[in-house]
Amino acid sequence: MALQSLDIKARSATTTPSPQIRKAVEVAKLIDTSICIGCKACQVACMQWNDLRDEIGSNHGVLDNPMDLSAASWTVMRFAEHENEEGNLEWLIRKDGCMHCTDPGCLKACPSPGAIVQYTNGIVDFHEENCIGCGYCITGCPFNIPRISAKDHKAYKCTLCSDRVAVGQAPACAKACPTGAITFGAKEDMLDSAQVRVDGLKERGFQNAGLYDPQGVGGTHVMYVLRHADRPELYHGLPQDPHISPMVSLWKGVAKPLATAAMGAVAVGSLFHYVMKGPNEVSKETEREVEKEGEQ
Amino acid sequence: MQVTRRRFFRVCANGVAGSSLALMGFSPGEALAETRHFKLTRSTETRNTCPYCSVGCGILMYSLGDRSKNVRSRIIHIEGDPDHPVNRGTLCPKGAGLLDFVHSPNRLTHPEVREPGGKEWKRIGWDEAFDRITKLMKDDRDANFIAKTDDGLTVNRWLTTGFLAASASSNESGYVTHKVVRALGMTAFDNQARV
Repeated sequence: MALQSLDIKARSATTTPSPQIRKAVEVAKLIDTSICIGCKACQVACMQWNDLRDEIGSNHGVLDNPMDLSAASWTVMRFAEHENEEGNLEWLIRKDGCMHCTDPGCLKACPSPGAIVQYTNGIVDFHEENCIGCGYCITGCPFNIPRISAKDHKAYKCTLCSDRVAVGQAPACAKACPTGAITFGAKEDMLDSAQVRVDGLKERGFQNAGLYDPQGVGGTHVMYVLRHADRPELYHGLPQDPHISPMVSLWKGVAKPLATAAMGAVAVGSLFHYVMKGPNEVSKETEREVEKEGEQ
Repeated sequence: MQVTRRRFFRVCANGVAGSSLALMGFSPGEALAETRHFKLTRSTETRNTCPYCSVGCGILMYSLGDRSKNVRSRIIHIEGDPDHPVNRGTLCPKGAGLLDFVHSPNRLTHPEVREPGGKEWKRIGWDEAFDRITKLMKDDRDANFIAKTDDGLTVNRWLTTGFLAASASSNESGYVTHKVVRALGMTAFDNQARV
């Protein structure tokens, strides 16, 4: 029996398949951007639970604080201003962080065995002790989430509080959220409540309201309810149709097996060469001559 | 270190062979992946009320150790109390950051006084502080207490001193504070006892 508290579905740079018999309930976090007030309780709860204290930054004249994700800030509120068709200002606030893709680009790109794992409940987790700090996960991520720490040169991002979820609790951000904009539960149930929210928004005149659960990455385990689901890029550049970069699948899909085959061929070739030709013998006379030259 | 041509080739060949083996999946076994250990297991859980505003959210404070004799407790985590009817587990950003408030080096840990005309805060003892407050209150009350108005109406009021009480009081402590302050005849009184 496995020793880990959550079953593993996929593991970076590992070719042997993971155990697949036991089924876990897929979890998801649903973020309703239409009722988020941007209070940042989620940011603070994340810092508190994960024992993170980022450096105190400086004021840039906007409410975004800190300005970007970092190795010690795994979630940040993104504040976007949008002037709608009626000429009214809409303040679109989005909690940014790891989306926990079903088809995670970071895991695909990662060359270090076991540095990135995907649990059967959908959480994509980084195991920093196996991280070599190459930064391929950043290239692989369609949402630009992982950050390399300048202190230990390892990649960090939201874990969806895997340590809490493993013992049956909700992520710290979802628990703290005072407006109920972040909810947590089984993905199936989150899809249901998202539908209720979207229907409600449509009734109130937001015809383009919808759920953001991009299928380009197989769906995500962090989903958004957006008033403008037709234009997610309004929400501080949320990608319309995120995909893993083709370079990742080229490198990991085609180039890697080819290189492995080439290395195997070299090994086999060397063996044959050794068997057929034998080692390159140096005659005793030549050796003695060389030794004499060396002595002089 | 003297590197001969032969040794150089040997090192290179070993390097290539080693990395090739690793790439082809013959690398040594890794420790099994595991989530970070749940950090609150068997810590002591204490219920309390958030000290910030008059909403009065319930909080759970988790402290190190099990309160056994030789263990010095220390609060290691604070989060919302799901059983509290006010917030049902949620917290605002200030409440969510209470741990850093508890352990802040800027906290006032003892009574201080800044005497009239003085510029510096002076550290004093608790007894001294209570005596000083009591004496000043009594002097002021004796001098300014109004028992009756000019036309003979009994009012028993003391208008020259006000009282500001805490926000994190329970109903009971709010009730007691109210009784004490009103019994003295004080009218200027604010207490965020809406918890």
